[in-house]
Order: sequence, then structure tokens, then C-alpha cells
Amino acid sequence: MADEFLQALGLIGRLDADLADIVGRSLAVSLSAVAAAALLALPFGALLATHVFPGRAVLVVLVNTLMGLPPVVVGLAVYLMLSASGPMGPLQLLYTPAAMIIAQAILVFPILAALTREALVAIEEDLGEQLSVFGVTPFERAGTLLWETRAALATALLAGFGRAIAEVGAVLIVGGNIAHVTRTMTTTIALETSKGELALALALGVILILVAGLVNAAVALLKSWNDLAQPARV
Amino acid sequence: MAIDLVAPGQGNVAFRASVVENAETVLPVSAASATITRGGRRVLDEFSLTVGDAPGLVAILGPNGAGKTLALRVLAGLIMPDKGQVTWAGHPPDRSRVRRIGVVFQRPVMLKRSALENVAYALRVAGASRSDAVARAAAALEDAGLLTLAHSPARRLSGGEQQRLALARAMALDPELLFLDEPTANVDPASMAAIEDRLACATKRGLRIALVTQNIAQARRLADRVIFMHRGRVGEDGDAASFFAGPATDAARRYVAGEIVA
Repeated sequence: MADEFLQALGLIGRLDADLADIVGRSLAVSLSAVAAAALLALPFGALLATHVFPGRAVLVVLVNTLMGLPPVVVGLAVYLMLSASGPMGPLQLLYTPAAMIIAQAILVFPILAALTREALVAIEEDLGEQLSVFGVTPFERAGTLLWETRAALATALLAGFGRAIAEVGAVLIVGGNIAHVTRTMTTTIALETSKGELALALALGVILILVAGLVNAAVALLKSWNDLAQPARV
Repeated sequence: MAIDLVAPGQGNVAFRASVVENAETVLPVSAASATITRGGRRVLDEFSLTVGDAPGLVAILGPNGAGKTLALRVLAGLIMPDKGQVTWAGHPPDRSRVRRIGVVFQRPVMLKRSALENVAYALRVAGASRSDAVARAAAALEDAGLLTLAHSPARRLSGGEQQRLALARAMALDPELLFLDEPTANVDPASMAAIEDRLACATKRGLRIALVTQNIAQARRLADRVIFMHRGRVGEDGDAASFFAGPATDAARRYVAGEIVA
């Protein structure tokens, strides 16, 4: 066990090419998924927070419920969509990084939308009437509220990234864990562990924990930055 | 065409999306038989009042629950009454003229930016260029004695400083009529004196002000006209000297005498 751990540290220390390839792909897939999800989830969360329309309450419950989506279920759904007989079969995306991005984006979307909505509801209660007094347009209102919640939104993005980078079920199903094509940190850990090859799995585990630690540190930093702007004596 | 954007009592903009000719002025601001019912109780009951029809400061006095703050929000167009109507210069409130009315709330509402940027933001939204907004914001802070705090985060200022900043921000927009909802209720004596001094100066310069206050001494110091509200209605409306010399109604007499008025 100690030998494997030392080998793992060695892989990290000499920036092993396979290790770097897998880590790079994992980061690229998860960052792309978060970016794609954010493009839709932030406006959707803002819509849920600032507009009253029929069915809004149902959508809020749905989005909150979907925050706990099991990755394997998402993987299965995306697989069915992308498989040759599925509605998106002709796009031939199955077992590509694009399929993994789609699956992770679906996983991350409800997290981003729900956290955006929560943040904007709180800030709307705080600032809404004052913005009305200023005579802002709906566009200015949305922009101001998003800017005022920037720390909370950045935290939501980091939470979404944490969820994406750590999941294994969805990317395993739709990516197929193909070497140098769709292999990520989590799928490699699962594979190497099942083979009894623990060095690479341990190295990736260490990196995954480091990434999680960095994400949490960034969240804490953002929180303290945001706290600086909070009322001190009112 | 006039479309209600928000249902009554939702606490948000209730302006009508109508195009009003001669959209420059909002004066006078009037409520006619405005009624709001909440929880089966009429919190504003056939409320009728006109403010801003003459220069000076109008103090809106009354016991807790009299409907003073609600009346202010209705007149400012922030809440539409269930019944009755509100007009600005004879027309329903509309977004195109909202900046002609300033509002300072009891709890100052600050954006998560510096004091200077809080004022500049309001000016930018009102159409000022970036450089003009910053220059005018700096001038407004100087007038308010807050220039040394220009780059401090607004939400880190003391309650009194934030309220003075809120007043400076509202006045920087050069409103025709300024509504203030108990602006000195939670501030220290020095800030109260500074705010009262600014209000007195602004009134002398011609700004029309409607001030909701529970502070009878403050109303005596500042008001040209007093409106006494009781149970969601206007109980008395007259010049300040006459009101304080001898209120006409029993409720107002007891209120001025410092008794608890239900």
C-alpha cells in the first residue's frame, strides 16, 4: 500500500503524461459543462426569482428536487437520447467528450438554477423597492441583481463544478471510459482500482481531493469577500 | 392604454405602462379614496391627500399602525391601492416620471459598492454619463459631508452615515418631490441634526418634501404643513403652527400631548 502511494506521488511529481492527459480532460469536460449549464441556468434562475407566471411554484419545486439527481440516471437518459436509435443518435455524440459535457451540464443545471434563484430572491427583497425608486428598466434590474449577487453566483458555479468533477456514473455511461478519448479522473480511478492498479488511482484521488480543496478554499474566499460588503452596524 | 404591472399589495413597482403626455412633472401627487385591505382590516381607508402642491415640508404624523408608511408608498407609486386612485400631475404613476420622485426609506438600502458608486449608480440609471455621474456623486457626497467616505463600502458605514448617504443619493437625482419614511428613526443625534439641517436647507431652496415621522419635536422644527393620520385616514390636514397650537381632533390632541393613541 505504501509502495503504491509512493508511486502515486511519483506520478504526480514527474507530471506523468497519462496522468496529465486524464486530469486535463476531466477539467476541460467539467469546466465546459459548468459553462454550458450556466448559460441557461443563470437566466432561468433569475426568471424564477423575479417573474411571476403560472407554474412557477411547480418549476421551483422541480428544480430543487433535481439538485439531487443521481448521476447514473442522468447518464442513462443521455445515453438513450444519444444512442443510435435515440432522437439525437444522428449526431453521433455517444462516447465522446461532448456527450460527457451534456451529461454533466444536465447534472449541474438544477444546482446553478436553484442557487441563482435563492440568491436573487434574497437580494430582490433587499433591493427591489429601491431599484423601483431609481426607475430601472427590467434589463437594468436583472443586471444589477446579478452583479449584487456576484459572490453567491460564483459560489454556485464552484459548487456546480465540484459536483461535475467528482461524478462518475454519468460520464462512465455516456463516455465509455475510452483511453485518451473519454477517460476522466473518476472513471480511471474506478477502472484502475478494479484492475488492482492502485498507483494511478491513488494519484488521481490525491489530485481530485486537491481540486475539491481548492474549490472549497475559493468558496470560503468568496464568502469572506462578500461578507466585507455586508452591513456592519445597521 | 394603462396596464397594471403588479397586483395591489405586492410591495413592488405598481406603475402603469401608459404613455403620458407632458411627462415632465409629477406635481401635485394625489391619492383619492385609496383603500388597502390586509387580513380583513382596512389599513388604508378611503385615504385622500394631495402633497407637493405647494413649496415646503409636509410632516405626516400619527401613531403606530395609522397607515403613514403605507400612505407614503401609495403616493410614491410603489403600491397600488385596492380601491381608489393615485395620480401624479393628474395622471396615473408611470415609469417615465418615477425619477421625479425621490424616496428615502427608514432602513437605508445600499448596493454592495462604495458610497460614491451608490450615488453614481442612481445617476447612471437616470441617464448621466459615467464621468458626469461620478462628478455629481462626488459633489453630492461633499454636500452631505461624506466625501471622506466616498470610497468606503456603503454597507460598512454606520446607520447614520448610510441614512445621510441615502438622502444625498435621493437629492442628487434632483427630484421634484422627496418622500422620507422616518429617516431619523434609527440614527444617532448628530446624524439626526445633520439630516434635519439638510432637509431645512433643501426646503429653503424649493424642494418639496413629505416626511413621515413619529418625532413630534422634529415635525415642529421642520414642518410647514402637518397631516395627522389615524386608523388609515387623514384625521387632520393644516398648517403646522395651527396644528401644534391646537389640534382639532381628540386623537391628534392626545397624540401631541404624548398620550398613547390606539
